Amino acid sequence: MANKILLEVVTPTRLVVSEEVDLATVPGDAGVFGVMANHTPLLSTLKIGEMRYTVDGKSTRMALSSGFCEISKNRMTVLAEAAEFSTDIDVDRALRAKERAERRLQEAQTQREKIDVARAQAAFARAMTRLKVAGHNT
Amino acid sequence: MAALKDIKNKIVGVKKTQQITKAMNMVAAAKLRGAQSRMEDFRPYASKFAAVMGQLAGTANPSTFPLMAVRPVKTVLVVPITADRGLCGSFNTNILNAAERFAKAQIAEGRNVKMACIGKKAVNYFKSRGFEVVYRLADVMGNVQMFNARAAGQEFTRLFLEGQVDEVQLLYGRFVNVVTQKPTFKKVLPISSEGLGDADAAASNSAYTYEPEPEAILNNLMPMYINVQIFHAMLETAASEQAARMTSMDNATRACKDIISSLTLTYNKARQGAITKELMDIVGGAEALKG
Repeated sequence: MANKILLEVVTPTRLVVSEEVDLATVPGDAGVFGVMANHTPLLSTLKIGEMRYTVDGKSTRMALSSGFCEISKNRMTVLAEAAEFSTDIDVDRALRAKERAERRLQEAQTQREKIDVARAQAAFARAMTRLKVAGHNT
Repeated sequence: MAALKDIKNKIVGVKKTQQITKAMNMVAAAKLRGAQSRMEDFRPYASKFAAVMGQLAGTANPSTFPLMAVRPVKTVLVVPITADRGLCGSFNTNILNAAERFAKAQIAEGRNVKMACIGKKAVNYFKSRGFEVVYRLADVMGNVQMFNARAAGQEFTRLFLEGQVDEVQLLYGRFVNVVTQKPTFKKVLPISSEGLGDADAAASNSAYTYEPEPEAILNNLMPMYINVQIFHAMLETAASEQAARMTSMDNATRACKDIISSLTLTYNKARQGAITKELMDIVGGAEALKG
């Protein structure tokens, strides 16, 4: 068996990646972890964050938003509500989303209005991940 | 002669209508292809999600989860999902009627009903029907996005957890095939273990490492599972809408054709009648001169 693991990234709209990879690093709930060939069967939820995978020394970055990943039989399936390559990210939109989330978080602190803090934090995390993966300096 | 011209005008008018319905039919056909392929693209995600949920539900004890809590049903949240636009036959009407009937039946059984409308037609219909509408989402059916479903899902989950509703029923247009779309109910909350439980799968998967604990994963995934179901219902409704429009526009085009042919017949008859009458006049005049 080759020293690779089949990585599949699936979103509600399409199969984003289906490739044999040497190493995949995903943002697990309990911390970032890397997966290589013949990994033990695992099921883990994923946080909003950056995912990387390496094929023949060439590494690719993606922005993930909440999902989970399953590993069995040398096959790794990542299910995410959204997964984007760095080139697909709309930096302007992410910047706007970041500002909006920041504003909401601030408002939540000052005026104790009915603002969904968890949602604003998630939006903030998504925006930051996208900016980071797109290589934008914040 | 005026009658002749009237008929002619009518024919021209119907022909124009026919052109429009024909164009709408073709547009709907193209959009249907898009909607169907989106449904197909979603399938791997949905089936994987369901498989993992089933696996987990087998490992963990489902009764401890607040989203699976079966309470005596005092309030039902009915969620009709319709298209944003009309001109698709009885598609929207069927869903709305079914929703209203269901709501009235619930009230007759002494339950409260709240409404959450997805799709402009549903929003407008239930504006003034005396139901309490707690959630509205319009202008999304043309391009169904996951974040729309997520927003709706989060709201329904909140209402359920706060005890404002004890059951959530989706009502959407299920896409059976291109000619059949069926208003269909689907209970999304509380999450029933029947839809998930797959003890066999769980037994064979005891070798898994779970991170975090299976219970915690389930807690994470359940709200997403609701989003997935809502998203799926919206996708089906969007495809059904286009299919219904395609069929009804096809019918309309055919009806136009029938009208045109019957009008043409009337027109020709009238024209012939006029010619005959003119000839009679001429012949009559000639005879009179001879006489």
